[in-house]
Amino acid sequence: MAPYASDDSTTAGEVDEQRSGRRKAARYIVPVTVVGVAAATIGLVPALADSGDPDLPKITAQQLIEKIAESDVQQLSGTVKISTDLGLPDLGGLESGLLSGAAGKGGGEGGSSADPTAKLTELASGTHTLRVAADGPDKQKLSLLENAAEYSVIHNGKDVWGYDSKSNEVYHGTSSKSPEHGKDQQPPATPKDFAEEALKAVDDTTSVTVDGTAQVAGRDAYRLVVKPKQSGSTVGAITVAVDAKTGMPLKFTLTPASGGAAVVDAGFTKVSFAKPAASTFDFTPPKGAKVTEEKDSGKASGETPRKAPGKPFDLGEAPGHKAGKGFGGHDGMKTIGEGWTAIATFDTGGEGVPSGKAGGEFGGFIDSLGDKVHGTFGSGTVFSTRLVNALVTDDGKVYAGLVTKDALVKAADAGK
Amino acid sequence: MSRAEVVESVRPVSPLWTFGLLRNELVTTFRRWRTLALLAVLAGVPVLVGIAVKIETGDGSSPGGGGGGGPAFISQITNNGLFLVFTALAATLPFFLPMAVGVVAGDAIAGEAASGTLRYLLVAPAGRSRLLLTKYATVVVFCLAATLVVAVSALTVGALLFPLGDLTTISGTQISFAEGLGRALLIALAVAASLIGVAALGLFVSTLTGSGIAAMATTVGLLITVQILDQIPQLHALHPYFFSHYWLSFADLMREPVYWDELAKNLGLQALYAAVFGSAAWARFTAKDITA
Repeated sequence: MAPYASDDSTTAGEVDEQRSGRRKAARYIVPVTVVGVAAATIGLVPALADSGDPDLPKITAQQLIEKIAESDVQQLSGTVKISTDLGLPDLGGLESGLLSGAAGKGGGEGGSSADPTAKLTELASGTHTLRVAADGPDKQKLSLLENAAEYSVIHNGKDVWGYDSKSNEVYHGTSSKSPEHGKDQQPPATPKDFAEEALKAVDDTTSVTVDGTAQVAGRDAYRLVVKPKQSGSTVGAITVAVDAKTGMPLKFTLTPASGGAAVVDAGFTKVSFAKPAASTFDFTPPKGAKVTEEKDSGKASGETPRKAPGKPFDLGEAPGHKAGKGFGGHDGMKTIGEGWTAIATFDTGGEGVPSGKAGGEFGGFIDSLGDKVHGTFGSGTVFSTRLVNALVTDDGKVYAGLVTKDALVKAADAGK
Repeated sequence: MSRAEVVESVRPVSPLWTFGLLRNELVTTFRRWRTLALLAVLAGVPVLVGIAVKIETGDGSSPGGGGGGGPAFISQITNNGLFLVFTALAATLPFFLPMAVGVVAGDAIAGEAASGTLRYLLVAPAGRSRLLLTKYATVVVFCLAATLVVAVSALTVGALLFPLGDLTTISGTQISFAEGLGRALLIALAVAASLIGVAALGLFVSTLTGSGIAAMATTVGLLITVQILDQIPQLHALHPYFFSHYWLSFADLMREPVYWDELAKNLGLQALYAAVFGSAAWARFTAKDITA
């Protein structure tokens, strides 16, 4: 095309001008089409890729639970996506500070940033991508993928290493004789961990059904639905997708009774049952890395650092046990009720929550987080999340559980 | 090359002519003082980072205050100079590299128009589409060159100031130095590919105006705007469509095994930007009145 072609057209009369204008505009169809095709692809491909629920032989809930129990997957590697939405107030850094402070008394200050206790509590909020690999009971690895960094916990034989690539710090511990012990030290992160905890809660207050099939990480799976029979629980339903071949739970979803997005959604996005490369579990502290030995940090805080790592977000655990542990295992704790509506209660012996006047600015802040409630028990403050609700009465009693506010007030009234 | 020139002189309409045009463009671009100054600034960043880390850790303390602050990988530099490559790329990718690309891309058409040379370029029997394609190819080559300048400068500084050797991936596994070098090269390629979206955007802006300065300023302004928007949590739903959103995914190449998901998303997004703004630039440029 000659450079002056368009100049000529401007002198060739109005009709030509209009036509060339239309021709010019027509060229913009190309970028617009590209955008359209891209939008359609982004919208449609996931829908097309979802090839429908697989056809699997019928199975009863009992058989499926047995299948999970019998499941003996020793070797696997995969990617897990875990989203947690507890409905905690968004406090940014403060929130994680409080959580790690509560969870890792041995971690927190003075400890290493590579301490598993402190680090894995980050899973308590937001969406995270994890990689897991396992080869038998002696070799496991769990990595938390971060922005341009990674946090890994590697269990190989009797060594437990934590490596934080961001700060280049290493945490070293030794696992006790039994391999199972090493496993207990890790908070639940994989769908399997969650599912096992959830199934512990199954008793006569629970309905367990098989609800069709699903595809998870490209594998055919059964959907096991666990629902509380009692009313008053904040737990709506727990859905576990169980691999049809191996019986391995592939996806765990906990939806609250109040509806909305899942509180916990942990599922494999990729999974392979092949033996992972042996080098995956090899770890030598990199040159120049700061290594914290388990003993050192234990001494520093006068307590075993790995005690109850990450318990505050251990949601999969049987609710009856849960309510208590999450709140620090206070002495003199009692449990009211059973099953899903169990409420843990203890007396702090204190004055309750500092209120706006008495507690100054901090009290005002606390007030803004909780709701004032009144009942025959007196008055108190309810702190609610999407799953756990806690009532702190003005005379210092604490009631907490996976139950609605009303159930808490009722329990408090009854306890008076 | 010499054979190509012979063919060219015999049959001037040969398709190889395009390569002649490209070569001319490349030579013109890389001989410009402005381009050389940009590359010199880029080469200077790793030197600054390297010296700063060296001085800070002179007393044996760990860089970044040990708390994991600063650009990615900075805490590992003192133990392995190769990490300076990754740190330097992570430090330059958010601003210096795309700014340099924005300057070159913004100047590509608008600069010619401003200096009155565009009409002479179009007198040559290349056609507007081919000229535009050549301009884009030149900008893409500049993306690669700029990234490699940062990487090579960082590797040199890293080798001079810090020890080299086997390195630990961010997943905690060990890889040999040779494999580390290979990963560094892959990372440089991934970073260069991250820039082709900005390059296409800059080229489109460049076809909109007759002023080179205006085009560069607009491109760099857009770059900054998008990066700010990418930080606003309320716009969460839009973030995956910002060209800068997956830029740091190059660090996934340092995981073991490599985590490809975000890298693939990044490449797809860059290709999408290149297609959309490349064709928009074509629509604009081929229908434009060239008056200068």
